[in-house]
Amino acid sequence: MIYRESGQFKTSYKADQAILPIFQDKIAMVLLMIFAFIGIPLIANDYWLGSILIPFLALSLAALGLNVLTGYAGQISLGTAAFMAVGAFAAFNLQVRVPEIPFLIAFLWGGLCAAGVGILFGLPSLRIKGFYLAVATLAAQFFIEWLFTHFGWFTNYSTSGVITAPPMHFLGIAIDNPLSKYFVVLTIVVACAFFVRNLARSEIGRAWMAVRDMDIAAEAIGINLMKTKLLAFGVSSFLCGLAGALWAYVVLGTVEPQAFDIARSFEILFMIVIGGLGSVSGAFLGAGFMILLPILLNNIGSLITGAAISTETIAHVEYMIFGAFIIFFLIVEPNGLARLWQIGKEKLRLWPFPY
Amino acid sequence: MKINKILLSILSFFILIIVSVSFAAEHFVPITSYRTGPYGVSGAPAANGFVDYLKMINARDGGVGGIKLSWEECETAYKPDRFVECYERLKNKGEAGATVFQPLGTGLTYAVIDRIADDKIPLITMGYGRTDASDGRVFPWVFPLMVNYWSLSTAKIKYIASLEGGLDKLKGLKIANVYHDSAYGKETGPVLMKQAEMYGFEVQGFPVAHPGLDQKATWLNVRRYKPDYVILRGWGVMNQTSLKEAARARIPASKIIGVTWSCSELDTIPAGKAAIGYTCASMINPGINYRVFQDIIQYVHDAGNGTGPIEEMKHQQLYRVGVLMGIVTVEAITKATEKFGNKPMSGEEVRWGIENMNMDDARLEKMGIKDFIPNFSVTCADHEGSAPVKFQRWNGKSFEPASEWVATDQDIVRPLIEASAAGYAKDKNITLSCN
Repeated sequence: MIYRESGQFKTSYKADQAILPIFQDKIAMVLLMIFAFIGIPLIANDYWLGSILIPFLALSLAALGLNVLTGYAGQISLGTAAFMAVGAFAAFNLQVRVPEIPFLIAFLWGGLCAAGVGILFGLPSLRIKGFYLAVATLAAQFFIEWLFTHFGWFTNYSTSGVITAPPMHFLGIAIDNPLSKYFVVLTIVVACAFFVRNLARSEIGRAWMAVRDMDIAAEAIGINLMKTKLLAFGVSSFLCGLAGALWAYVVLGTVEPQAFDIARSFEILFMIVIGGLGSVSGAFLGAGFMILLPILLNNIGSLITGAAISTETIAHVEYMIFGAFIIFFLIVEPNGLARLWQIGKEKLRLWPFPY
Repeated sequence: MKINKILLSILSFFILIIVSVSFAAEHFVPITSYRTGPYGVSGAPAANGFVDYLKMINARDGGVGGIKLSWEECETAYKPDRFVECYERLKNKGEAGATVFQPLGTGLTYAVIDRIADDKIPLITMGYGRTDASDGRVFPWVFPLMVNYWSLSTAKIKYIASLEGGLDKLKGLKIANVYHDSAYGKETGPVLMKQAEMYGFEVQGFPVAHPGLDQKATWLNVRRYKPDYVILRGWGVMNQTSLKEAARARIPASKIIGVTWSCSELDTIPAGKAAIGYTCASMINPGINYRVFQDIIQYVHDAGNGTGPIEEMKHQQLYRVGVLMGIVTVEAITKATEKFGNKPMSGEEVRWGIENMNMDDARLEKMGIKDFIPNFSVTCADHEGSAPVKFQRWNGKSFEPASEWVATDQDIVRPLIEASAAGYAKDKNITLSCN
C-alpha cells in the first residue's frame, strides 16, 4: 500500500536510471536527510551526538570505503585500518607543517595520501586473488602501524607517539562542540555516500562489478583490469583515509597508531559482511550494528548492575549476546542486513499479496 | 499477540531507563573499568577493589559527610573510543555530575585530556597517563598522583644503583628497556636517555608489539645485547611471556626490574619458576595487614556484598591498587566537602580536593592505610606529589618488600616535565597559571 508504484511511469532512460527510481524512495531519502540535518540536532543531546552518532558516521564512512573495494570490486582487504591511519596521520602532518591550511583541505590531503598508499598496496591484486590478496593487504596493516610507531617524524616527535588534532575552524567558526562536529561529519559522509552510489551505477561501477563477478570474462569484454582494480583500491582508500582523519580529528581528538590496529580492520570487515556487501546502505546498517548494539547492551547491562549478577558476568554476557546476534543475522540472511531490507521492500511493493 | 508482548517489554524497558535516571543526593563516582578484552584479567580485580572500597565507605561511614557514594560501571574494554563513550555517558550523571574519572590506561587518558577541561571534571591517573600532566599549571584538571612514569624510572635506576652499591657504580652498566610498543611503553624513553647520559650507563630499547604473546625474537636480541639489568615495561599478558622468555634466554629473573604495571600475581604466577626473584616497582606495600582491608572484609565481604571473590584481596596486587584508586577518590571528595560543605560534590569541587590532598601520617593513620602507601601531598604546580616507590620481590608464592620506600629524583624529572608541558601549552595556547 505504502509502496504502490502504479501510476509511476518512466518515460525516459534518464528516469529509469535515476539514483532513486521509485517516488516513495525519493520522499524517504528527503525525509531522512531532513531528519539527519535538522531533526537529530534538535532532539539529540551532546552524549548522543558526540559518543554515538559521530563515531557511527565516521566508521560508516570507513565501511563504505571497504565496501567499494570488497563489495563492488570483489577485492578482499584487511588493511582498512591502515589506510585510515594514513589519512589521519597525513592530515595531521600537513596541518603541523603548514598551520594555515584549513582542516577540510587537510582531510582531502589525508584521503589522497591514503589513496596513494592504497594503490601501492593494491598492486598485488593484479596477480593474486581471494585469500592470498587478503594476506597481502595484511602486510599493509602491519607495515603502516609499525611505520607510524617507529618513526617520530610522523607524530611530530611526540614522546609517547600520539598525535593531537589541531583545533578546527570553518569560515571563522570554531568546530569544537559536538553539534558543529556532527554537521562536519554528516556533510562529509552524506557527500561520500552519494558519490559512491553514483559511481556504482556509472561505467566504473559496472566495470568493478564485472571484475568482481568474473575477472576473465570482464577482461574478455574489454575492461582494463589494472585500471579497474587500482581505481577501486584508490577510491576505497580515499574514503578510508577520510574516515581515519575524521576518527582522529573529530571522534577522539588524540590518537595513537594503535587506534588503527588489526582489530579495527576486522571490525570494519565485519560491518560490511553483516551490513551487506555491495550496497551503500549496508555500510551504514553494518556500522550501526557493530557500534550501536554493544553500547545498547552495555547500557542495559549497567541497569542490572547491583542486582545478584556480578558486573563481570554482565560484561561477558554482553559479548555473548552480541555474538549471538551476529550468528542470528547471518543465518537469517547471509547476504546482510541490506539484503533483508531489500526483501522487505520487495514485499512491501507487492503488499498485500507478497509472495 | 506475540508482537504486542515484545512491544510491551521494549516499552517497559525504556520506562525502566527513565525511572533509573532520577537520583537521590549522592556523590557520583564514575567507574570506567575493563573486564573484557586482552587486558580484562588485569582490569577486573582493579575494578573490584575500587568498588569494594566505595561499598565499605558507604557501609562503615555512611558515605562522605553523611552523603552516600553512588557509582556506575561502564565497560571500556581498554579501547579509547569505548572509553570516550563511557566518559560522555557518565559525566553528567548524579546530582552534581561526575566527581572524578580514573581511566586506568594511558591510551585512554590521552583520549579525554582535551575534553575534561571543557567539562570541568578532574582526571586521576595514578601511576600512569600523560607524564608531563604533572605540571598543574598547564594541566589543571589532570592528576598523575603519587608517581608518574618518569619519576618511577628515576626510582628504578636508584634501586639498581643500590644493588650495585652506589650511583657511581652505574657507569658502564648495560640496561635493556623491554617495553610495550604503545604510548604507555614509550613514555619513559626520554628520561632513561637523560639518566644514561648523567650516570654513564648504556640503555637500549626493545619494543614488544601488542599484545606481546610472541617475544622470542625480542629476547634473542636482548640476550645478544648482554644487559646487566632489564627493565620490563609491560602490561597484561605481555609480562608473563617476557618472564618466561627471559628464563629461556637465560637472563635471571633477579636482574629484571618491572614497573608498576608489571607488578602483579597475574604476571608472576603463570610464569612459574621463571618469576622467582623478579622485582618490580609499586605504589603500595605488599600484603593486607592494614586496617582498611579488615574493614573491607568486615563491612563488605562478611555482609555478602563483595564485588569479586574475597581471595582477590590477598592474591591480587591489582585489587589492592583498585582499593588505592578508591582511597584517593574518597579522600578527594572528603577534602572537597571540608571546604564546600556537605552536599553532593561536583567535578570542579573535587578538583580542589585533589589539589589540596595531603597524605600525612595522621591522615593515613585515620584511614587505616599507614605504610600501605607512603606520604605525599599535592600542590597546584605539582600534580604528582612525588611519592616514593616500593620495590617488591616475588618469592614464588607472594610478593615481599625488597626495599624501603625509594624516593624519586625530582631534580631530573621536574625540568623535563616543565619543558614538555611548556611545549604543550604553546601548541594549545595555554597560559601557565596557578589559581
